Amino acid sequence: MSAPTSNCPNCGAPVTFRWSSAIQTTCEFCHSILIRTDLDLKKVGEVADLPADASPIQIGTEGVLDNKGFVVIGRIIYEYEQGGWNEWHIVFNDNSNAWLSDAELEYDVSWLAPQHQIPVIGRGSECILANRAYTVTSITKAHYKGVQGELPFEYWDKSDVAFADLRTPTGEFATIDYSEKTPLLFLGRSVEFDDLHFKNLRLFEGWTS
Amino acid sequence: MSTTLVSQSLVKAKSLSCPNCGTPIELRGFAHTLSAVCPSCLSILDASNPELQILQTYQGKERIEPKIPLGSRGTFNGTVYELIGFEQRSVQTPDDYFSWDEYLLFNPYKGFRYISEYCGHWNVIRVQSRVPYPTTARGRRGWVLDARKFAAFDAMQAATSYVIGEFPWQVRLGETAACEDFIAPPYMLSSETTAGETTWSLGEYWEGSKIWQAFRLPGKPPSPQGIFANQVSPYAGKTGAAWRMWLWFNVALFTLMTIFNLTKANKEVFHDEYSYAYFKNHDTSFVTPAFQLDGVNKNVEVRFHADIRNDWIYLSMALINDETGQTFDFAREVSYYVDSDGSEGNRDNRVVIPSVPAGRYYLRIEPEMVTGALSTRYEISVRRDVPIYSYFWIAAALLLIPPIVTWFRSNQFEARRWRESDYRPVDSPVMKIAGGIIESLGDD
Repeated sequence: MSAPTSNCPNCGAPVTFRWSSAIQTTCEFCHSILIRTDLDLKKVGEVADLPADASPIQIGTEGVLDNKGFVVIGRIIYEYEQGGWNEWHIVFNDNSNAWLSDAELEYDVSWLAPQHQIPVIGRGSECILANRAYTVTSITKAHYKGVQGELPFEYWDKSDVAFADLRTPTGEFATIDYSEKTPLLFLGRSVEFDDLHFKNLRLFEGWTS
Repeated sequence: MSTTLVSQSLVKAKSLSCPNCGTPIELRGFAHTLSAVCPSCLSILDASNPELQILQTYQGKERIEPKIPLGSRGTFNGTVYELIGFEQRSVQTPDDYFSWDEYLLFNPYKGFRYISEYCGHWNVIRVQSRVPYPTTARGRRGWVLDARKFAAFDAMQAATSYVIGEFPWQVRLGETAACEDFIAPPYMLSSETTAGETTWSLGEYWEGSKIWQAFRLPGKPPSPQGIFANQVSPYAGKTGAAWRMWLWFNVALFTLMTIFNLTKANKEVFHDEYSYAYFKNHDTSFVTPAFQLDGVNKNVEVRFHADIRNDWIYLSMALINDETGQTFDFAREVSYYVDSDGSEGNRDNRVVIPSVPAGRYYLRIEPEMVTGALSTRYEISVRRDVPIYSYFWIAAALLLIPPIVTWFRSNQFEARRWRESDYRPVDSPVMKIAGGIIESLGDD
């Protein structure tokens, strides 16, 4: 993977992209949110201090899914009244990307489903997506708490975002993200920690991974 | 791929001090912990907030000591989990009150698991990221998950009545949730609904000794009382096994009997025809010519056939040893009636005398018929060493006892299990009587 390097327009620190298709990143040093333009990097904002989190995953964590290696290159952090979760942006060794969500250490992986009809849903309702029957398990109003690293789109000026999670009896997972004018549908499945064969995880006092 | 951005800094455990009583509190759940209970004054604190607000103070007087101490580490499926929280949950209805214990387990990589305990019965539980689909099971409402059918067992409104430790959610005393349990022993599928959202979890029944082993706890777990919803029946699978065994025993029995009967001589040693005619005051008895019975203590079959219609003949007989005078007495009636409704009785009859020593024998026969009977022809034949089938039928019937007892006991166990259910089935009168019989047989 190419690693084009630029400099942070705010503090001059080197900014390295792990993924050629990244649109946005954050400066590791001054926490500026940087948008890639044709010519250079543009600062659009600054990340406030990230909330303390206890995800074992971090930028640079590697893993394997469906026999393809991936690396974690960015994340979006959400909070809601019952807790919070991370949407880790992962890039596979074939340059494709996906989202690995970690909610209270329950892991789901999902991919953006392009141009999919968004069903009208309510709590507990059922719908058919990609020929499978899904049940709506939760509708969450979350606060966008911050971003880190490389993302496939600009994502820095959000406040409250609504999500709906849908699941099947066999572990398929779907989430509808209502943050855009046209809601986005992500399709995927729940994954077991052990099945992801992680490397470069965070270490916790008193524990071995 | 570059890994230069990976920091190897250690995530430190957080410690707080209780704003109510000043007691230091070490948190074990890192940033997952949203609420923590002061071990000293039992105030519930908001651990997600740096100001550490007191959310609730404990009004009760009773302190509950969990059976597994907080901070214990146990190994489940090869993963070490630490016990970080304990809740007692209770159900209060107008005519019932009961409570059970829930333990929260944590591993910073694998997440959270739960253990529940009620009267010495334990379940190891995991929240599901799958939703089951509805079905009917055992004639009840149920759900399917992992191709297993779970039958509705109970439904209740459970309140959190006691908490210690820490939790990744905002825990409050008195908070209630609508809980439902569905069983497929040893598994239990539970739903918990609050504010219109349902969480599914799957529990597996564990013996207390296995829990003790997982945590390496000293002493013995409390012995279980009664039968729990998803406890595996000691008769599970045994009824089918008992019937299969019965089938195999019968095959073996039938084979043995066939082989045994093939070795029989089954030899006719005497056959003759007689005619009966009634004479007043006339002695009808007579003796047959002697015949030889070979073999050591074999059986002897005496067959009769009478050409009668709407009549009967009664034969008093004796098999007499010509040399020793040893006598075997027996008698048989042959009767046969025919009318417009059909026939009744039989023109044939037989007697089998077991174990007759070898030697020369003759029969003494005294026929008797209704006064004034016309001449009636009848036949008598004697066979030595004939096959016997009655033993087989008796053995086959006796062999029925173990599978029937197992079947009834299995039903008894299930009846006791379902007696605890909110959807308690009505015992059928047949099962009640059968249950009584089996119970009177004792446990073994």
